[in-house]
Amino acid sequence: MTHHVVPVRIYLLVFTALILLTALTVVVSFYDLGGGRLHYANAVVALTIAVTKATLVVLFFMHLRYGSHQTWVFVGAGVFWLLILVGLIMADYLSRPWLPAAPWLG
Amino acid sequence: MAETVESPLQHHFASAEQQYEASNLGMWAFLVTEIMFFGGLFAGFIVYVSFYAEGFAEGSKHLDIALGTVNTLVLLGSSLTMAMAVRSAQRGRRNPLLLFLGLTLALGLVFLGIKSVEYSHKFHQHLVPGAGFHFDSPVAQNVQLFFSFYFAMTGMHALHMVVGAGLLTWLMVGAARERFSAEYYTPVEVTGLYWHFVDIVWIFLFPTLYLVARHQ
Repeated sequence: MTHHVVPVRIYLLVFTALILLTALTVVVSFYDLGGGRLHYANAVVALTIAVTKATLVVLFFMHLRYGSHQTWVFVGAGVFWLLILVGLIMADYLSRPWLPAAPWLG
Repeated sequence: MAETVESPLQHHFASAEQQYEASNLGMWAFLVTEIMFFGGLFAGFIVYVSFYAEGFAEGSKHLDIALGTVNTLVLLGSSLTMAMAVRSAQRGRRNPLLLFLGLTLALGLVFLGIKSVEYSHKFHQHLVPGAGFHFDSPVAQNVQLFFSFYFAMTGMHALHMVVGAGLLTWLMVGAARERFSAEYYTPVEVTGLYWHFVDIVWIFLFPTLYLVARHQ
């Protein structure tokens, strides 16, 4: 049985990138990137860095880059369903008008 | 009488390669269900942070960013040693395998130790949801909700770490008994997948809980 043995150099490069991205996300979080107007700018940047880090881990540490097509389909399905979960929930909550509570409910 | 060595190839698989592929894909399938499990927690968090941004920001600022950052680095380091453990197993090197499994376990325990220090701080600061919760703010109720999410999400993550630590211990026993070789190291590989997944959950938990409101 022969599987792809990833060179140590690649693991160390990925690890270094993960450390640098962690430092970046911590430093950046102290600055208001939206200039007081775009209140979600920081969240977008933090999420982008997190997705990048997760992608590095999945591709190299979890060997997806060298994985079978079925594995790619499974991972893709997982991400796709997660987007449905969060996307449809937020589409509902953000578009739903909130009626004031009836007076007898306090 | 010599002990009979049980072949790792089970009779319902055609080949070792097929068995490996099946185990690997099985672990990925499990991890997809885990994505949905943690995804539900994250989806709940996103809904409430969009409702109660102010209270959640106040709560987030009471988390210890230094300990959170150190823990992130510890967990990333444990992922590196786990990847190196799998690599050692692939090459059939027993002693490096034991070393890297041991390092991964040690880093995992350091993470849990730091997490428990953070938890005890929260207890002393009366930030644990329930009768003892106390927070001076007009949005204290929403801060309490933030800490409910904090403890549910990091607690579930820590529980996964404990399970992972158990799996690593089991792997170390197996490695010491020469159960793994370059031909058969599936348990090391799939435990590695699980460990990296738990790392990824933290990669998202850290900015979500600790960083989201630092700039305010």
